[in-house]
Amino acid sequence: MSVVVKDLTKIYGAQKAIDSLNFEVEKGQIIGFLGPNGAGKTTTMKIITGFMPATSGSAEVCGYDVETHSRDVRRAIGYLPEHNPLYKEMYVREYLSFVADVMGLRNSRARIDDMIEKTGLGREQHKVISSLSKGYRQRVGLAQALMHDPEVLILDEPTSGLDPNQLAEIRTLIKDFGKEKTVIFSSHIMQEVQALCDRVIILNKGKIIADDPIHKLQQRASGKKIINLHFDKKTDASALAKLEGISGVQKINPSAVELTVGGDKDIRPAIFKEVVKQGWVLVEMKEEKISVENIFQELTTDA
Amino acid sequence: MLSIYKKEIFSFFSSLMAYIVIGLFLIVTGLFMWVFTDTSILDYNYAGLEQLFSIAPIIFMFLIPAITMRSFAEEYQEGTIEFLFTKPLEDWQIVIGKFLANWSLVLIAFLPTLVYYYSVYQLGSPVGNVDTGAVIGSYIGLMFLSGGFVAIGMFASSLTNNQIVAFLLAIFLCFFMHWTFDSISKMPVFYGSTDDIVKKIGMNYHYLSISNGMVDSRDVVYFLSVIGFFLMLSISSLNRRKW
Repeated sequence: MSVVVKDLTKIYGAQKAIDSLNFEVEKGQIIGFLGPNGAGKTTTMKIITGFMPATSGSAEVCGYDVETHSRDVRRAIGYLPEHNPLYKEMYVREYLSFVADVMGLRNSRARIDDMIEKTGLGREQHKVISSLSKGYRQRVGLAQALMHDPEVLILDEPTSGLDPNQLAEIRTLIKDFGKEKTVIFSSHIMQEVQALCDRVIILNKGKIIADDPIHKLQQRASGKKIINLHFDKKTDASALAKLEGISGVQKINPSAVELTVGGDKDIRPAIFKEVVKQGWVLVEMKEEKISVENIFQELTTDA
Repeated sequence: MLSIYKKEIFSFFSSLMAYIVIGLFLIVTGLFMWVFTDTSILDYNYAGLEQLFSIAPIIFMFLIPAITMRSFAEEYQEGTIEFLFTKPLEDWQIVIGKFLANWSLVLIAFLPTLVYYYSVYQLGSPVGNVDTGAVIGSYIGLMFLSGGFVAIGMFASSLTNNQIVAFLLAIFLCFFMHWTFDSISKMPVFYGSTDDIVKKIGMNYHYLSISNGMVDSRDVVYFLSVIGFFLMLSISSLNRRKW
């Protein structure tokens, strides 16, 4: 187990930021922390990284307790905090060599070159950090977190405020890293979690309300699927409601309907046959997976 | 610790900070020493550096808080404190590293004043008629005094994320530690009975004592204690931030 969290609770004044969280992360997993603002994602991360202590409960990283073996934990972790704090007056290279120094790395020059190449900072490496754009600063932050090749990488909203290209690059980087090491990251962007994670932990009001592998979570969404049908012209498709497995037919426009389908069975063949039987002309049939976004909304608004 | 020290020194010299501090210090001491008629050595007619050593604590009282105000206040403000705390560094390493860096900058700033000593040495009649012992003592005293001010300034900086607040608080604390006890000791309550002890709490007493050219271990211990005390306070103040 890379990370073990037991009964972790943090109380600020009268408010419980997180309320007895329990979860374990295996080595080599990529975990997405999902939750609305103020759900306790950042608090949990700050406790795991040893930035602040928990009110009660314990957290372990690579077998080290965050309270008693804080330094070992911090050595095992690479952490990119939420607002990506950087020494803005430093040059990229200077900053990275400072980080290597702090981590006590030998042969730091080769390592810094390596990190600069991996994070695509080659052209910016001789610039002052304050002159970099947000995307490049984020890369510097990531390079900093990865510098000592940590066992566990903790990223607090690593992709906020990036343009689509930068997003894709940073995601690839995280994914590559996650092949061998453990990654925990938080995000608001559901598609990202869907694309990157093996497992999702959804937090709401300081509690874990879902902790499942992605595919299970998708099933969990009340076991529903949505199928869109488009016809060539105005068609009254309400007859489809009779088919087994279809729980709802909703008109989107005169020539299109949205079917809500329950159960695991693939009923597209049956739909097709029915359409042929009725003599309609189908121009498009599309099955939509229920996204994590839907699940997220469903879970966090009810709770 | 060394990595923090290096980083701080680099950031002093890569910004204007170091040059302004050194430049200002030399200009002000230079003016008092050689130009202003009230304090100029040339009008004083004695070959000594007393003016330098009586003016230096006052300049330090303003200059050192300006150097130390950013130590922690800026880290809090920028959030980089989270970076430092989540790296495998002990709090004391951060504090000592920064302390040594700040102190080094101050020492570098008053290193060029050795030129004044050389000038006075040459101006003496006969040449070399200077109380060298007193000068060496004063330099040592000034070194310890500045160390104390740096520790006080860093403590002030560790209390707030606002650099101006840190600056003003540091000036007040330096002033308080340096002079107040001298004045308090003259109050009727203490005068004639315990004024001696009260006086010895202040830094000025020990500074003057070393400046006489006699480096007494008691004074050295006093300054090291002040430095240690305020550094400890800084460390616990950093801990308080972690809740």
